[in-house]
Amino acid sequence: MSESTTEKLSSLDGRKVILHDMCLRDGMHAKGEQISVEEMVTVATALDDANVPYIQVTHGAGLGGNSLQHGFSMATNEEYISAVAPLMKQAIVSVLLIPGMGTMKELQSAYDAGARSVHVATHCTEANTSPQHMAFARKLGMDTTGFLMMAHLNTAKGLAEQAALMESYGAQTVYLTDSAGYMLPEDVTRCISALRDTLKPETEIGFHGHHNLGMGIANSIAAIEAGASRIDGSAAGLGAGAGNTPLEVFAAVCERMGIETGVDLFKLMDLSENIILPLMDHIIRVDRESLTLGYAGVYSTFLLHAKRAAERFGIPARDILVELGRKKMIAGQEDMIVDTAMTMAKARGIEITTSV
Amino acid sequence: MEKIKCALIGSGNIGTDLIYKIQRSPYLEAVWMVGIDPESEGLLRAKDMGLKVTSEGVDGLLPHVLEDNIQIAFDATSAYVHAENSRKLNELGVLMIDLTPAAIGPLCVPPVNLSEHTEKLEMNVNMISCAGQATIPIISAVSSIQPVEYAEIVASLASKSVGIGTRENLDEFTYTTSSAIETVGGARKGKALAIINPAEPPLIMRNTIYCITDDKPEEEKIIESILKMIEEVKKYVPGYKLINGPIFDGNKISVFMEVEGLGDYLPKYAGNLDVMTAAATRTAEMFAEEIQTGKITLKPVEAA
Repeated sequence: MSESTTEKLSSLDGRKVILHDMCLRDGMHAKGEQISVEEMVTVATALDDANVPYIQVTHGAGLGGNSLQHGFSMATNEEYISAVAPLMKQAIVSVLLIPGMGTMKELQSAYDAGARSVHVATHCTEANTSPQHMAFARKLGMDTTGFLMMAHLNTAKGLAEQAALMESYGAQTVYLTDSAGYMLPEDVTRCISALRDTLKPETEIGFHGHHNLGMGIANSIAAIEAGASRIDGSAAGLGAGAGNTPLEVFAAVCERMGIETGVDLFKLMDLSENIILPLMDHIIRVDRESLTLGYAGVYSTFLLHAKRAAERFGIPARDILVELGRKKMIAGQEDMIVDTAMTMAKARGIEITTSV
Repeated sequence: MEKIKCALIGSGNIGTDLIYKIQRSPYLEAVWMVGIDPESEGLLRAKDMGLKVTSEGVDGLLPHVLEDNIQIAFDATSAYVHAENSRKLNELGVLMIDLTPAAIGPLCVPPVNLSEHTEKLEMNVNMISCAGQATIPIISAVSSIQPVEYAEIVASLASKSVGIGTRENLDEFTYTTSSAIETVGGARKGKALAIINPAEPPLIMRNTIYCITDDKPEEEKIIESILKMIEEVKKYVPGYKLINGPIFDGNKISVFMEVEGLGDYLPKYAGNLDVMTAAATRTAEMFAEEIQTGKITLKPVEAA
């Protein structure tokens, strides 16, 4: 045996990390919520075959997401879940639930349709809107995760306090969610370390990145170094903004570093190239507008809404996004995109067409 | 004429703000405040403002109801304890204005359907939610012109203005508001979304109302109806304001509103408190007027 094979591949060699694919949930945002049941089944089956252990399947905004505010998907959440779940050989189907939109009734019906894991998501300072939902998920026996969105809008100490609340409500894992793709590896290290110092050893920590500043992979690695054991990503990066951490790229980096994910890298690469890429309405990449999200700290899902408002009201999308960042708009405030564009148009003397 | 005496149950944000609203009323007088924590800011403030207080919950109030001639109670506790509070007070002939999302009584939005409830002499009326009070008048203004297939509202609230009761009752908030969009707003299907935003300085309450009409919207009539309704709400919530819209995209109508509060208990950003407490006060006043003029007499409700 040569010396090189006994050398450690990296300081993280031998660490085990659970990957969670988001392309059938966060990816819905990048597709204007238009993914069909058949496409979901095809993608999920391929992810399952590539040994991806968790697959999130719902409307982009999660349970209760079908709305004028967030768009209507082609099928109900129950239809998506019940089409996918029975076909999974090993993968667990998860859902997203944002209190204030999704309810316990909807969680029950997602569970009945076959979901066994849930991200219960709140803004990074509002964890105490989630105790009902967290307790109910645990009662159902679901793998229960607290998901602190727009994490860049809180301090490391504040995030640790919020994470501890979620843990006290029953969360088995707490995620830091860089919804704006704004965080840099140093931020991630500091914040995940604060969580690790605060939470019980048996509580897992996760990181959900967006690639708006090209930091999805680097941030996820920083998270693992600081104690995270669950990472969200999307095959081919299919997700809001410049996409999520591209899962196949991340899996390859993990292999190089000796981090054990259990996924079949080549199968994941093949499905990203052959199935996900052709699904994309636009190539998911860091472009002017998605870079603006990361730079200005704006919720990634606002991207396509801002582009539509830009077209309708004659204000550049970048200007709208920067203004939304300045006004500290958070996840779920898509209505404020049109409102902000209208207010900006008035201020700039642009005539608004009130009827189309 | 002598003012009708009231008790406030719950010493959180809503209960405390109610003291100020009732103090301005020519028909109502706040006599008691009920809490469960003697050190709560609301109870201390109520005491300072001259109210009688108890920290023993509703049971601490019951022995005083008759001697102090309490005729109307406002419940700003939580959906879970409201039913019991209401039963106990109704038995003593006290009319209950419910500010929790419990909604065991009929739902009330003053400019839309208050007069129906006073005519029927309801002993428990529910104020739905802050979002319901802020948006249902607009939905009703549209549905009074033409059929509305679907209405959806998005309420954005400043984190500092959302108390623990509301946070722990978010599902009830969603269910009650959605149902009221249908039964009071007149939409065939309703949906409600709530966002709690922690930005500093706090953002003023915002509400977006979307309606989908069956047929092409009659734009001029709808605009006129909405503007008229806004004037009605302004009578009791002066900071109720149209920011943008209505805009029409096919059969979809979008209206962007803001509610600035009077800055009584919480600063002006907390319009969500005002729209609720002002609507509840307006509702109680309507009943009080009828009691004073002898049109209605409250009677004990027999225990079932």
